[in-house]
This record gives sequence, structure tokens and C-alpha cells, in this order.
Amino acid sequence: MTLRSLTPGGAALILAALTALGLLVVLPLAMVFHEAFRQGLGAYLTALAEPDAWAALRLTLLVAAISVPLNAVFGLAAAWTIAKFEFPGRSLLVTLIDLPFSISPVVSGLVWVLLFGAHGWLGPLMQELGVQVIFNVTGVVLATVLVTLPFVARELIPLMEQQGTDEEIAAITLGAGPWTTFFRVTLPNVKWGLLYGVLLCNARAMGEFGAVSVVSGHIRGLTNTLPLHVEILYNEYDFVGAFAVATVLAGLALVTLALKSALEWRHAGELAAVRRH
Amino acid sequence: MSPALILAAPAGARRSWRKDSVLPGFPLALGVTLTWLCLIFLIPLSALILRPWELGPAGVWAVVTDPRVLAALRISFGAAALAALVNAGLGLLIAWVLVRHPFPGRRLVDALVDLPFALPTAVAGIALTAIYAPNGPLGRPLSELGVQVAYTPLGIILALIFVGLPFVVRTVQPVLEDLSQDVEEAALTLGAKPPQIAWRVVMPAIAPALLTGVGLAFARAAGEYGSVIFIAGNMPLRSEIAPLLIVIKLEQFDYAGAAAVGLAMLVLSFTGLLILNSLQAVLARRGRA
Amino acid sequence: MPLIVEDIAKRFGDHVALDGVSLQARQGEFLALLGPSGSGKTTLLRVLAGLERPDRGAVSFGGEDLLAMDARARRIGMVFQHYALFRHMSVAQNIAFGLEVRPAKARPKPSEIRKRVERLLELVQLQGLGGRYPAQLSGGQRQRVALARALAIEPRMLLLDEPFGALDARVRRDLRAWLRQIHDETGLTTIFVTHDQEEAMDLADRVAILRDGRLEQVDTPERIYEAPASAFVFGFVGEGVQLPGEVTDGVLSVAGWRSPAPAGTPPGAVTVSFRTESADMLPATADGLAARILTLSRRGGSSRVTCEIGGQTFTLQAPKSLIAPGVEVRLAPHAVIIHPK
Repeated sequence: MTLRSLTPGGAALILAALTALGLLVVLPLAMVFHEAFRQGLGAYLTALAEPDAWAALRLTLLVAAISVPLNAVFGLAAAWTIAKFEFPGRSLLVTLIDLPFSISPVVSGLVWVLLFGAHGWLGPLMQELGVQVIFNVTGVVLATVLVTLPFVARELIPLMEQQGTDEEIAAITLGAGPWTTFFRVTLPNVKWGLLYGVLLCNARAMGEFGAVSVVSGHIRGLTNTLPLHVEILYNEYDFVGAFAVATVLAGLALVTLALKSALEWRHAGELAAVRRH
Repeated sequence: MSPALILAAPAGARRSWRKDSVLPGFPLALGVTLTWLCLIFLIPLSALILRPWELGPAGVWAVVTDPRVLAALRISFGAAALAALVNAGLGLLIAWVLVRHPFPGRRLVDALVDLPFALPTAVAGIALTAIYAPNGPLGRPLSELGVQVAYTPLGIILALIFVGLPFVVRTVQPVLEDLSQDVEEAALTLGAKPPQIAWRVVMPAIAPALLTGVGLAFARAAGEYGSVIFIAGNMPLRSEIAPLLIVIKLEQFDYAGAAAVGLAMLVLSFTGLLILNSLQAVLARRGRA
Repeated sequence: MPLIVEDIAKRFGDHVALDGVSLQARQGEFLALLGPSGSGKTTLLRVLAGLERPDRGAVSFGGEDLLAMDARARRIGMVFQHYALFRHMSVAQNIAFGLEVRPAKARPKPSEIRKRVERLLELVQLQGLGGRYPAQLSGGQRQRVALARALAIEPRMLLLDEPFGALDARVRRDLRAWLRQIHDETGLTTIFVTHDQEEAMDLADRVAILRDGRLEQVDTPERIYEAPASAFVFGFVGEGVQLPGEVTDGVLSVAGWRSPAPAGTPPGAVTVSFRTESADMLPATADGLAARILTLSRRGGSSRVTCEIGGQTFTLQAPKSLIAPGVEVRLAPHAVIIHPK
């Protein structure tokens, strides 16, 4: 259909949808950049060059670099179990894996404080061992891992289910061993779905706020991730600084969206199962 | 399976608790999955479920019926429900336009729908606040009209509409794509008018997906924190959300109290999802019949 | 006898898939497993391949106990109904897979693998298509790649599970002749599962007919057609008339027609069968089974008629003579097959 074949009703619907999306989604994005450059490029760059901002960036990258691979391995194991085998409790397992999505991020942080905080179940033990989890990088990683737990698994499960087990069985009749079958047959077949899941997992890991905020203690230069740093600057009325750091996160979101869309267009066939769940 | 049947099985028959498969790796993969799930999710979750009871049942009841807690829960879940309702309409509109009314730049718009997924919530929070603050680009004209958005419950609802929007679009869109236009054309040849077709042919087909999307948007919004706290104003009893109350209780080292509020949120969330699920099951059964 | 299958049984939950199947195949024999869906033929094939573990029974090949080996070690070539090609590998990579995954000391040199892939591509008539991907091939080509891939590991036995099931009729017929030719060239013991009786009868040295997890008959196609072991086999492998009858004092009576029963037929209720092409259609005055023509359609030299015999409707060929709907005729079969009920 081209614009010429557009009916007045259709045009009105398109206009309504675009207005809604513009006001709700595009305007906030534009606002981030507008506020960041409110006092010019110089102020923006100065705000970004601040050592605390760099420390926050480093921590954000570190946390993502730890939690994303862990959840990718978990996602592969969970998808292999659920998609390739039939066993009692299979659907319960699927439900459990999806559950962290329906839990408040603050609660996902709270549970770690209940375990490892000063008054937590394991708090005294940790203190004796001299290990600090809460108000430390470890806590930030644990909270991030919990929040991003389902991302890779839920992309891979429908994809592997759709692909079935024929190719793996064929590989076995041809003499391939378990790891050969996994690395040479299964993994190449789901690589784009895996990448898609990793991409979304990474975006959430780098952008997580609520869960991390509860466990981090907001120690500047130490346990402050980029989103937390945005909050600190904002609460100190350093709006240019807050929005400048926010542009980095918004840029990450835009890159994620671009890569995600590129994956969806180029590997539509493989990802069809993923988008349909 | 009844014991009698197991006894009747021929001698030597292997009965296993899972279906036989020649594929390798089940014990390893299940082991990794369960270990990780326990360490990262189930054990921490058990702390949330068990710790409130240190206060005793009466103590838990006192915490969750505290007027400030009740107000916070009402605000979180009420605003989430309202936002989910608005998203049902908005999401349906956007999904419909994306599937049925292609226009130049549709792909870009399609990609932008996911921005609330991808944009860190804190960034969304400060951006929305800047827009709707009394001196913001939309806040100023609105306040001249007497509508205050930022630092009121209205601001909370707005932020929750933002975070929930992609859920409805992304669950309805594939179903609309699969919905064959034949059915609508058949209805047209039978003399149905477009609104009748939309209501009696299209709606029943997408209703289960719509409900799923609304449920996801609701669950996400009810627990939302980052995008809300900047715009909410956080006035106790008026615009204070439940997750913030957890943070406040933790800052006072009231672990059991924080856990009680968290548990209450969990129970309310699942009750809401359960109601939506059963509603969806009814709709799905009718759709198949 | 290289392949000996003894008393294999397998059940899935309450469903009995195989109920004591015993079977033998000679070295180099082409054996078809034929039966309706749910008869257990695919389960039997999967037991041979090691993809299904039987509840009881034994399978040996060349004196070796197959059940003691897992699927990986059996070196049995398997061709799947839906090809099961590796979608992310080219045709050549698919074929080479079984050689490349061998342990380093048993693995042929890369140049040797390349040469063998070339030879196999030639054998399955896909020269020059080694660089294509499965998605770029037609169904018939994909199935030929699947066969080449199975042959690459130099299997001791070849198993094919409804290999032409997903293809259209013309491609099926072409591939059928070609498969027989490959079999004759390689001399491999080949077991072939199909639900298409024509395919089985056309292709195989012997046909094993399964029904509800039990073997009904294992025999050459000719014997199966001419001397079916049961009324079920008769009906499954060709068109014909089947009617209930009774044998008393050496006389067979069926649908009001009486004729001497073949010598040695025990008395009692029986099923009487005869092939439609081996029965003459005679005027109503002659001796034979009473039949009434219901409809007819002329096609070339002969007509197909539906007629009612003993309250049942059958379709048969009739000579192009003066027959019309409503006419009473007599059917005189040359030979009837009698199975006790």
C-alpha cells in the first residue's frame, strides 16, 4: 500500500498513533539531549570528563561483562533442557524462569539485602569471613544477574522448540559426540537468537536502576553505576551533568535498538519464533 | 499412572521419570539450570517469603495495614492498572497501524516502540520529569490550564504508561499479522460494517494476546521504580509508591518491614496476573470453540 | 543372516508400539517395512538405529549385539523423513560432517574427505551443488543430500524412514528407481519404512507387513500379492473384493453363491477375497457372484464400475461391453483366497 491508497480513516489512525508515540517516546529521548546540551557543548564535555562518571562507566561495563555471560550460559542450559526434552515439571520450570520479569526491581535488590545485609541471614557469617556483599560490587552483580535472569532463556526456548531435535539426532547417527553435536549443530542454529537475547540482556544489565540502587549504597567512584550516577547528579541539582551521563545511556539504548532491528530484518526467519512468544 | 498399570508392564520394561531420548546432556543441563535458578532466584526469594514472619502474623498485618503502606500499595497498583488500561488502547492503536496501515518510515517507528524497553528507567524518569515539570515544555502549558502532572499521581500514571507501552504492542502485533484478512473480507461480503468487523471478528481473535500484553504491562508497572521516583514527588499518602517505601524501610534497617511490603507486592502482582490469566483462558477456550 | 531381530517389544505409556517382532535380513537385502500409520514400523526402524530402546528382545548384526551399542557407535546410516539436514551447513559440509566428527586418529585427511564428498555428490547426481545450502535445494535434492550424508560414514546398514513421504508423486517415482540403483551399486543391507504399498512392492526384495505392532507377513512382493497371509494383508497391498463367507462340507457359500471350496479348507466362518482383475464379468444367466452395477465411468479401453455385492460396494474394472447402471451381472473369480475368521 502506498500513501495514495490511504483512506482518510487510515490517515487519521496513523496520525493518532504517531502523535502518541511522538509525545510518549520520542519527546523524552529528545529531551535528554536537549537538557544535556542546554549550556553548550563545553559544559556537556566537562560533565562527561568527570572522574566519577568514568568510574561509573567502568563499573557498569564490569557488571555487564560478568552477569551477561553467566545468564547466557544459564539460558543455553535452560533452553536445552526445556526445548529438547520432555519431563514432568517442565512447564513449572518455564514459569519459574519467567518469574523475575514480574517482580519489582526493588524487590530483586531487597532479597539480596535480606540474605547478605548487616541484619541478613548470612550477614554475620559474611562479616566474619570479611566478605562484603551489600554496598559492594558483588551485590551489584548479584542484583543485576537476578533482574536479567530470564532474558537469554526466553529468547532461546521458543527458538529451540521450533527447531526440534531432528538435526541433533541425525548428528548422533553420524557418530558425533555430545559436545560436538552441541557446538557444531545446535549452537550455530541458534546463534542469532542467542545474540538477540544477549543484546537485550546487556541493555537491561547496563541500565538497571531499582535493584542496583537498593544494594549499592551509592558510594561514589566505587559502587556507583551509570544509572545511579545519573540519580546522584540529578538530586544534587547538577542537571547538565545528570543529562550528560544520561545521553551515554540513551546512546546505548539507541545502539541496542538499531542492532536489534538489524537482527530482526536480516534473520527474520530464525527470529520469527522469538518474536512470537 | 496408577500402580496397577506399572505392575502390569512387561518384565524388563524400563520406566523412567522422563521420556527416553537419545540426546545427551539432560542431567548436566538440568543441573546447571536448577542450580543457577536456586542460587540466584529461589533462595533469595525464600528470604523474602520467610523474613516478614519474624514480626509474627500480627506484626506483618500491622505493617501492611499501616495507612502509609496501604496508600503506597494503592498508588502503585491503582496507577499500574490505569496505565495498563490506557496502554490497552494505545498499544492496540499502534499495533494496528503498524500492521494494517503501512506508511513511509514504518520500520523506524516500529523500532522506536521498543525504546521504553531499552532506555534505562532512570533516564526515562528524569526526562519525563523535565518535560512535565511546571517549567517544562509540556508542563508549562498544562499548568496554565490548571493541570499539574509532575509530582502528582498523574505523573506516576504517565511514567507507567511509558514503561508498559511496548508490552501491549509486541504481544498484539504478531497476532494481528497472522490474522488472515480473508476472515474480514468474508465478513465484509456477508454485509458487516467495518465497526462490526472490528468488534465481532478482529477483537475476539486478538483479545487473548491483548490480555497477555496488558498483564505484562501491569506487572511491570506495579513494581516500577526508576522512571517513577523522579516524577512522583514522593509525598507520603499521596504520591509515594510501594517500592520507594521498601527503600525507605531498608534505610531504617527495618528488614522485616521491608520484606513484608515486598511480599505484599508479590502477592498482589500474582493475584492480578492470575485473574488476567483465567480471563484469558476463558477467552482462548471461546476462541477455539 | 547379518541382521537378526528377535522378539522386540516397545510400549509408550499405554500404547503398544511393537509387540514381539522377529525378523531377519540377508546381507545386501532390500527390505521394506510396510504398514498403516501407527503400525510400529518407524519405531522398529528407530530401534535398529539406536534411537529407541526396546523393552525386550534382541538385535544383532553380523553376530554383534546392536542393543549393547549406542546410536553413535553403530555406524548405521539413517535417512530421515524430513531430511534433518544441518541448515547452517552447505551441502558439502553436511556430507562431510560424519567424517569430520570422527576422533582425530580415525579421521580421514581433509583432502581425502573432499575427494569422498565429490564422489558422493556424483553418486547422488548433485555434482556442482556442494556449495549450496539446504534451503536453496528442492525437496528431492535435499533427500539425495541426506542419503549422501548417510552413505559418507560408510555405514554397515542403511535405514530410510519414509524417505519420499514429503515429496510429490512424480519426484517420488524418479527417486524410487534411483534409490534401487544406488542400493544395487553399494550392496548395502537396506531397511526402508513406507506406508505406500506400491512403493514397497516396487522397490523391495522382501516386504514386511506390520499391523498394530505385530508382523503379519514377511515375503517377496509377488508372494504377498498372490498369497497374502491374512485378510488384512490382502486388503492392504491391492484392490479386491472381500466378503464374509462360510465353508460347510467342502462347499463355500458367499453372498448367495455356492462353489466347491479349495481342498483342505477347514469348515467355519471365513473371509473370502479375490483380486478384481482376476474375475470375469458375465451375464446374469451365468454362474458366479451376483453383482449389481451402480455407476460406471468410461476411461480409455475399459470402464471402472462400482457395483454392489452382498450388500457392500466395490470398485472394479469391467470390459467395455454393454453394461449400464442397474444391470445385474455375475462375477466369476479365477482364484479365491480364503482366510479363516
